[in-house]
Amino acid sequence: MKNGARRTWRLRLYVAGQTPKSITALANLKRLCEDHLAGRYRIEVVDLVKQPHLARRDDIVVLPTLVRQLPRPIRKIIGDLSNVERVLIGLDVIPRHDEQ
Amino acid sequence: MTATVRRRRPEPRKRSGNGRLPLAKAPTGIPGLDEITNGGLPRGRPTLVCGGAGCGKTLLAMEFLVRGALEYNEPGVFMSFEETAEDLVENARSLGFDLQRLSARRRLVLDHVHLEPSKVTETGEYDLEGLFIRLGHAIDSIRAKRVVLDTIEVLFSGLSDRFVVRAELARLFRWLKTKRVTAIVTGERAGDHLTRHGLEEYVSDCVILLDQRVMEQSATRRLRILKYRGSSHGGNEMPFLIDDHGVSVLPITSLGLAHQASTAHVSTGVAGLDGMFAKKGYFRGNSVLASGTAGTGKSSLAAHFVEAACRRGERCLYFAFEESSSQITRNMRSIGIDLEPWIRRNLLRVYAQRPTALGLEAHLVAMHRLIEDFRPRVVVVDPVTNMIAVGSETEVKAMLARLIDFMKLRQITALFTSLTEGGDSAEQTDLGVSSLMDVWMLLGNQEANGERNRAIQIVKARGMAHSNQVREFVMTDRGFTLVDVSRRADGSVAIGSARGAQEKQAPARDAKPRRKRRAE
Repeated sequence: MKNGARRTWRLRLYVAGQTPKSITALANLKRLCEDHLAGRYRIEVVDLVKQPHLARRDDIVVLPTLVRQLPRPIRKIIGDLSNVERVLIGLDVIPRHDEQ
Repeated sequence: MTATVRRRRPEPRKRSGNGRLPLAKAPTGIPGLDEITNGGLPRGRPTLVCGGAGCGKTLLAMEFLVRGALEYNEPGVFMSFEETAEDLVENARSLGFDLQRLSARRRLVLDHVHLEPSKVTETGEYDLEGLFIRLGHAIDSIRAKRVVLDTIEVLFSGLSDRFVVRAELARLFRWLKTKRVTAIVTGERAGDHLTRHGLEEYVSDCVILLDQRVMEQSATRRLRILKYRGSSHGGNEMPFLIDDHGVSVLPITSLGLAHQASTAHVSTGVAGLDGMFAKKGYFRGNSVLASGTAGTGKSSLAAHFVEAACRRGERCLYFAFEESSSQITRNMRSIGIDLEPWIRRNLLRVYAQRPTALGLEAHLVAMHRLIEDFRPRVVVVDPVTNMIAVGSETEVKAMLARLIDFMKLRQITALFTSLTEGGDSAEQTDLGVSSLMDVWMLLGNQEANGERNRAIQIVKARGMAHSNQVREFVMTDRGFTLVDVSRRADGSVAIGSARGAQEKQAPARDAKPRRKRRAE
């Protein structure tokens, strides 16, 4: 975990209302952040039903989409985040190409 | 079907005989396309436009939106999955469309969807609700009536779950219908399939196929309506063009023979020649063919015709396929016809172009467009035979039929010159186009007694009695002049110096022959 030792993760989750996929995604995100990034993360949930103009601004097509705002570079992860390992790789919590 | 190629008004919804509302249509505003679709694309429904790379899908779709916004008060959303908004703005500028201005006026939304599979990690179930929200918001923000998705197939390469993409696309097409937008969805052709990922499964109402191929060294674009539910359509391949005016489709099929036949006459511009027609000239709206071998005075005849029309204050359009504008004016000045003032007064416009400079379609579209813009009452095509240099005979004939119908509907009197090979086949026009013509005159040289004398005869003149004589004419500094018929005692007609000798012998004898006009 040396790769992200002192970094803060700013994460934004795009959903559309309270659909089963939205609820699952948010629950999965909270759990894995607590498990791997405790104290070093911030989650912002964007409901595109309420703020539809953000879909174009932030180039969102697929829902749910998780965007890693920080650390840079920006990364996009789609789906309900149920595959925890892939989420961790996508967020760079687990370094890519690095056998753990 | 109305005559205009460029329709400005949407087709009114009329109840047909069985009481059902016929399919409402949204005019594209693209010249020719509305004509072959009998009014446009199915209103409130998606249409699939497919074809290979570089076939013009994006530009056709863009023009549909731009014309919708400008001409039909129907704002539009262009959702691009490939080109960026900047690229689209740039490309549209080459067609003369200012997308930035349209966007600023809230007549158009350009949205580039960027899906790069390498940068996206998939971690579970997902759907395309974000696309629906994004598109829905764009539609609502400008009350869009038209939508383009170009090309949504990119989703298949951007996302790994094909099952989800298919299900979501099916939902998207249903949803587009509930939004009551007229949509164009583009798809790339792949092998035997219309689109790489079978978009045609989702679009049941209208499918248009574009194609670009190279024939005889010139690239030709073609458009075909593969399917149009509930509507009659021409299944033929239609040539189309993309130039600085946008897309133009040129239907090869005839407009039909619905034009009004005029009884008004138009002078040929040559006093003596008018006299050979019972009605003192051609009928207005006639198509006239003047054929002959090289140097028989075809262009001079055309110049007289044009000059007479200009004198009447009528606009004339002269398509010159052999000579430049200045060459024509110089040559005509030598026979006493000064066309220059008419050009200056904008009554005469000369469009000079080598036929090989453009493909056949390009020429015909350009001709249609000039006629639409300039609205002439008289058109000259000099010579029509040069067209054959750029197309096959059947193609040229079909196109010509179409051009003639188009002009007839506008009551334009048209003179076509045709260069024939020398020899016995003088009456055989190269194109076999004489059947399309109302009037056919043959100009030729008669060689006898060491002289080459010019003569003209009327082969046919529909609906009009006309002289059956072969008349001699001379080219003087006052132009194309028919000379009086001089008859020898045995009844034969003397021409050239033989006429001079005959006239000396018996002055004024038979200057007005009994058989001069059979009609009288």
